[in-house]
Amino acid sequence: MTSVSESEQLRYINQQAADARVNVEIETEGMTLNIGPQHPATHGTLRIVAKLDGEQVVAAEPVMGYMHRGYEKLTEVRTYPQVTTLVNRIDWVGSFANETPFILAAEKLMEVEAPPRAQYIRTVLHEMSRIANVMLGIGDMGVQLGAVTPIFFAFRDREYVLNQIEAVTGGRFHPNFDRIGGLKDDLPAGWIQNTKNAMDKVLDFCDQIEELMYGNEIFQARTRGIGIIPKDIGLAYGVSGVNIRGSGVDWDVRRDNMPRGLVYDQVDWKVWTHPDGDSYARMWVRLQEVREGAKIIEQLLNQIPSGPVMAKVPRIIKVPAGEAFVETENPLGVMGYYVVSKGGLNPFRVKIRSASFNNVSITPWLLKGVYVPDIITILGSLYFILGDIDR
Amino acid sequence: MGLVESGKLPKPLTSLLNMSRKYSLWVYQWGLACCALEMGAAFASPRYDVMRLGVIPFPASPRQADLVVISGTVTDKMAPSIRRLYEQMPEPKYVISMGSCANCGGPYWDSYSVTKGVDQIIPVDVYVPGCPPRPEALLEGIVMLQERILNEDMQERWNQEPIVVGADS
Amino acid sequence: MSDVAETEDTEVAVEVDEARESLLAEITEELGDALVESHLRPGDDLWIRVSRDAWVETAATLKDGMGFGFFNFLSAIDWLPSPYGRDMDSQVDLALAPEEAAEPEPMESGYAGGDTRFQVFARVNDITTNRAVTVKVDLPDDDLTIATWIPVYAGANWHEREAAEMFGIEFVGHPNPRNLYLPGDFQGHPMRKDFALLARRIKPWPGIVDVEPMPGEDDEADESSASEDTP
Repeated sequence: MTSVSESEQLRYINQQAADARVNVEIETEGMTLNIGPQHPATHGTLRIVAKLDGEQVVAAEPVMGYMHRGYEKLTEVRTYPQVTTLVNRIDWVGSFANETPFILAAEKLMEVEAPPRAQYIRTVLHEMSRIANVMLGIGDMGVQLGAVTPIFFAFRDREYVLNQIEAVTGGRFHPNFDRIGGLKDDLPAGWIQNTKNAMDKVLDFCDQIEELMYGNEIFQARTRGIGIIPKDIGLAYGVSGVNIRGSGVDWDVRRDNMPRGLVYDQVDWKVWTHPDGDSYARMWVRLQEVREGAKIIEQLLNQIPSGPVMAKVPRIIKVPAGEAFVETENPLGVMGYYVVSKGGLNPFRVKIRSASFNNVSITPWLLKGVYVPDIITILGSLYFILGDIDR
Repeated sequence: MGLVESGKLPKPLTSLLNMSRKYSLWVYQWGLACCALEMGAAFASPRYDVMRLGVIPFPASPRQADLVVISGTVTDKMAPSIRRLYEQMPEPKYVISMGSCANCGGPYWDSYSVTKGVDQIIPVDVYVPGCPPRPEALLEGIVMLQERILNEDMQERWNQEPIVVGADS
Repeated sequence: MSDVAETEDTEVAVEVDEARESLLAEITEELGDALVESHLRPGDDLWIRVSRDAWVETAATLKDGMGFGFFNFLSAIDWLPSPYGRDMDSQVDLALAPEEAAEPEPMESGYAGGDTRFQVFARVNDITTNRAVTVKVDLPDDDLTIATWIPVYAGANWHEREAAEMFGIEFVGHPNPRNLYLPGDFQGHPMRKDFALLARRIKPWPGIVDVEPMPGEDDEADESSASEDTP
């Protein structure tokens, strides 16, 4: 019996598919598929209404608001320390990073600068929240594609980082540790050495995941070439952070527009980009950023100065009138707070520029013409958190 | 008329049945917000393993679940989905409300779009406080629920009127 | 006050922000009459206010003419001081001293001026040169409409939907002006200052006194109760 060559097989398959497409196009009507709001793959309560033609998406529209808690209105009735508590529940995975831009904006208006030790510790905690967040993202990407093992690795190794955050702030996430003028407390004894050990474990995790997931040919087949974000369109939509660095844009707020109050310029680190712009590129950049974060933390911990952790601020915080905008490089992208103050105890208006809002606003454009399984891949690679979108 | 509903089963046997039920709960985790991560840590991480209590996560659908853990903020937009989910579960079913948002609205008690507690929509058996509660706290809540199941009167449970929240209002 | 354009110190020379000054000069040249007012805080940020008719023209100038390709955000501010007392940003505790706050506080706008209650503001960045500018525009009280930025910055789509439902502003030409966050039958515009948070009206926040004195710190107790009334 003669064996069929591979090229012949492919030709046969394509022929069949072409026939099927022709036949199907005559008869089918579109179907509306509703993904969510409760769905294991949507990072929370996101609902996507997709109009399908066979297996391809014709139009996809996310429906938001299932986690809308009214943050901007709530900040108007809370005092500044209360807002700090509230605000680290926006991006609830890497939550110290949410407090930082708000505190820095209030410090800018008050013209108070935190002492150097506090700035170093803030930067360390900011990076640790980035590591905790992105590790979950990497593990979660495996689950989106059907591989359940990476999430166990991620949860297990995240525990080391969360332990360290808990040791200093008291909360695993939602640390509520930043204060206007510094931090609430100093580091406990032995924390620096324990954190360095935790960072070694994080680097081990990165190596393991790289071998386990990134080298897997199924992962590569499912993520390469999927969901390409061109540079200009990404910028016009406001896509930021890893998602735009995966499209080759070399922009990182930590290096280019570092807000006063963080100390990224004291360490030697690198911004990672990838030229492809597809899902694989974004996940790859995420992995490199976790490694880079671990290196940043090691360097910072070696250089941490001694001194107080809190500047002299009055007991009751009244921020002088003015407006300030501070943005930082958060794990999900660029997050900014536009604080309008009228000189009182509460802010007058806080506009929260959350990273995932802009990142996900590109999905109607991005999901045109993709297949249904690729919807999940693209959402996983954009890695958003619902609290960040819905605020 | 079965043995259980008519009350003809002796106490040791119903205890045995209760014990077998409490050690085989299938948990449908309705992870909405931050508490979903602590719940995920409790269910999926090898450290706070919940399967050692006999509680198995990730059933294929709500129709195969015994227990639902509502973790995270319940908004007014999401409330109908939760109600529908609860109605899809077959009896006997239990609800654990995890975290202060699900208990009473939590830090968003004054928001215009948050339901002040999931017990406004569905009946709750165990409330686990915290923001977020540690995974061990959730495990304690599950143990408390298991104790409750152990001491349940099966006949009463079988014959009771279904609890309908807010039907008359 | 920190909103003076230049501060003079005995030790430090007058701080002049050359990059931002040249940016402001460039914008003034490109926009001409459309630019109503501007505010520059040296070393920090630049605010400009444009006229409503030139809103889209400003966007096109910034994006295509000057390279501000990154769309940061777009939203609105309601400058009306809240009529609801301490529980809604008013600085006087109406629950404690209701007679004193009978008159509403005067409405003041922020940087780069403004005469109306509602202002739409947006921010765009130029990531190659690390410049950013905040653009504000006034909306007259009787006509809360403004042109949409979508033809220039595609990302403004969701931001405008959110501003529309939160403030009640209409964006003329928006392809899909449905509610973004709020359920379909929601009444009212939540971010307006006269939208009350009902939970707080029914039960005022019990912690009106912000700070309880720590044991043994009597002088702090005097400070905490006295500073409630001082502006």
